[in-house]
Amino acid sequence: MWIVRINMTDRSVKFEDVPEKYKYLAGRGLTSHIIYDEVPPLAHPLGPSNKLVFATGIVTGTSAPTSARVSAGGKSPLTGGIKESNAGSPWAHDLAVMRIKALILEGLPEDKKTFWGIHLSWDADAGKPRVEFFDATEYTGKDLYEVSPKLFERFGDRISFAGCGVSGEYGYGNAGIVYNDLAKRPSRYSGRGGLGSVMGSKRVKFIVIDAKGAPGVEIVDKALFDEGRKKMIDAIRSHDITKPKGGLNSFGTAVLINILNEAGGLPTRNFSSGRFEGAAKIAGEALFETNKQRLGKELYNHACSPGCIIQCSNTLYDENGKEITSCVEYESDWALGANCGIDDLDAIGEMVQLCNAYGLDTIETGCTIAVAMEAGVIPFGDAKGAIQLIHEMGKGTHMGRILGAGTETAGKVLGVTRVPTVKGQSMPAYEPRAVKGIGVTYATTTMGADHTAGYTIAPEILSVGGKADPLSNEGKAALSRAFQATTAFIDSSGHCLFIAFPILDIASGYQGMIDECNGVLGTKWTADDVLRIGGEILKVERAFNEAAGFTKAHDRVPEFMKREPLPPHNQVFDIPDEVLDAVYAEL
Amino acid sequence: MEVRVKLYATLVRYVEGIRAGQPISLNLPEGSTIRDVLTVLKIPEEEVKVAFVAGRACPWDTVLKDGDEVGIFSPIGGGKS
Repeated sequence: MWIVRINMTDRSVKFEDVPEKYKYLAGRGLTSHIIYDEVPPLAHPLGPSNKLVFATGIVTGTSAPTSARVSAGGKSPLTGGIKESNAGSPWAHDLAVMRIKALILEGLPEDKKTFWGIHLSWDADAGKPRVEFFDATEYTGKDLYEVSPKLFERFGDRISFAGCGVSGEYGYGNAGIVYNDLAKRPSRYSGRGGLGSVMGSKRVKFIVIDAKGAPGVEIVDKALFDEGRKKMIDAIRSHDITKPKGGLNSFGTAVLINILNEAGGLPTRNFSSGRFEGAAKIAGEALFETNKQRLGKELYNHACSPGCIIQCSNTLYDENGKEITSCVEYESDWALGANCGIDDLDAIGEMVQLCNAYGLDTIETGCTIAVAMEAGVIPFGDAKGAIQLIHEMGKGTHMGRILGAGTETAGKVLGVTRVPTVKGQSMPAYEPRAVKGIGVTYATTTMGADHTAGYTIAPEILSVGGKADPLSNEGKAALSRAFQATTAFIDSSGHCLFIAFPILDIASGYQGMIDECNGVLGTKWTADDVLRIGGEILKVERAFNEAAGFTKAHDRVPEFMKREPLPPHNQVFDIPDEVLDAVYAEL
Repeated sequence: MEVRVKLYATLVRYVEGIRAGQPISLNLPEGSTIRDVLTVLKIPEEEVKVAFVAGRACPWDTVLKDGDEVGIFSPIGGGKS
């Protein structure tokens, strides 16, 4: 395996052997260690010293189910801290089978006008990947749905790509990294934290992989791997959330809209209520019924990436049976729907499509529009106005650039005090005042407000992995800490985070994940090691953030959440600061 | 007493023609519980994962009062409890 270093200052390429200290690291564990080791903490995120690191997980590229995941890491233009943003795509599988343990983009060219494409293929004669550059300037300034098909025309149907949209070219704080899905749509994202702009700052538009002939992933103990794989498959296939025609496969992640609304934890109209009267109209069930009515048949969801057996990605069709978009995730549905007071599913679908077209993170985009609504730029509920604001971001107008900078910056420019961010990153679709544990995660994670960093929603709302009262403060530091550490491991394993649902409830599935990893690496990890390894990743990320200037004061939710009671429970966020500090103090 | 019941996800099939989250009114004797709601609607308990009353997840034997709103979910959302 190699670490492939591409320096965009002079477009030089280096293949390095994997150093001993990185031998057992992968995914988030590897991106975060490389960022910690190589990026000066005070580097400007869009300057020459920042790096963009891609690393696939331990089992990515193997036959382990639901494991075509890649971590993108760097110093975040949005938060100013370390960032790992995880996505599922054929690109992840292709990077892994080329035996590239990490792909590092560094430096940046003097010529700012030319954007480059990087083409990776397998050189059978040399027995290693081949790296070539192509001028990609012709693909800039355009809709990703317009330019991505040209990559397939030019390089063939088998390729996969990672890239940035116009948002990354502009340097927005909410620019994501886009990858293709299995149907070649530019719709899979390392959305959060502005990493698309780190890519754009280096004048890289696309990284195309043609994995034909690539040797695949080495597995040290195949029998153990197969045993683990079987346990994982059994767990996924038998759990109500992840089984075929189960919750995620039928309704997609947007199945969460109704249950969060019932629990009073669905942030509505810029985090001013925990209930949205239009929730049922935009929920996963409504999406399923809408498609059924328009297509005349039941439509179950599809996989975003090869080898996924959960298959949670939905597609929304219009009255004429034409695709509006894929996919309407829970977070996107909420951010552009409930949080903006919009209950029109078709309009939400159109906005998701536009975010994909321009390369925008849907969560940050929705939260920013809601803050603009709060400021009176357009009224809450104005779907046409919201669509227009996304176009302004895509066109790079003055207003668009302000909004593209992200929720916190837009809030400052527009004079809004109710700005739902932590460390500069906007909150996702769970209200901290109604679900206290997720507030602890938002406040303390190294990533800025991020639900995936420690998904306490599982026990607090879904009764998965035990049960915890969402409105109680009891035990929430320990709960968030355990979830954050376990998540850091899962984000390194190569599995999608959604395997957490089955493996938290089914012990053999949890062991399956460990067996798969031990099988690939030849390690002898146990369940204790999962928490230990996850904890070590968090410590490295934390150390980077501290060196970048973060203190305890940054591990807090915004003041309005401590002052304004949230209907319907009329609670404030009242977890004491000492409890928040204990999350990492006791790690 | 009258309670409003909302069914979600796969549970909508137990009441002809309703959509997820569409409230249905039930007249029940005083002292009725969430379990009684399930019985009246012929919903098997094992198909139910979580029931909310006034935004709080409640056990099946929770006694309802006039005007309560009950949200009932299949395990969309939830595995083995």
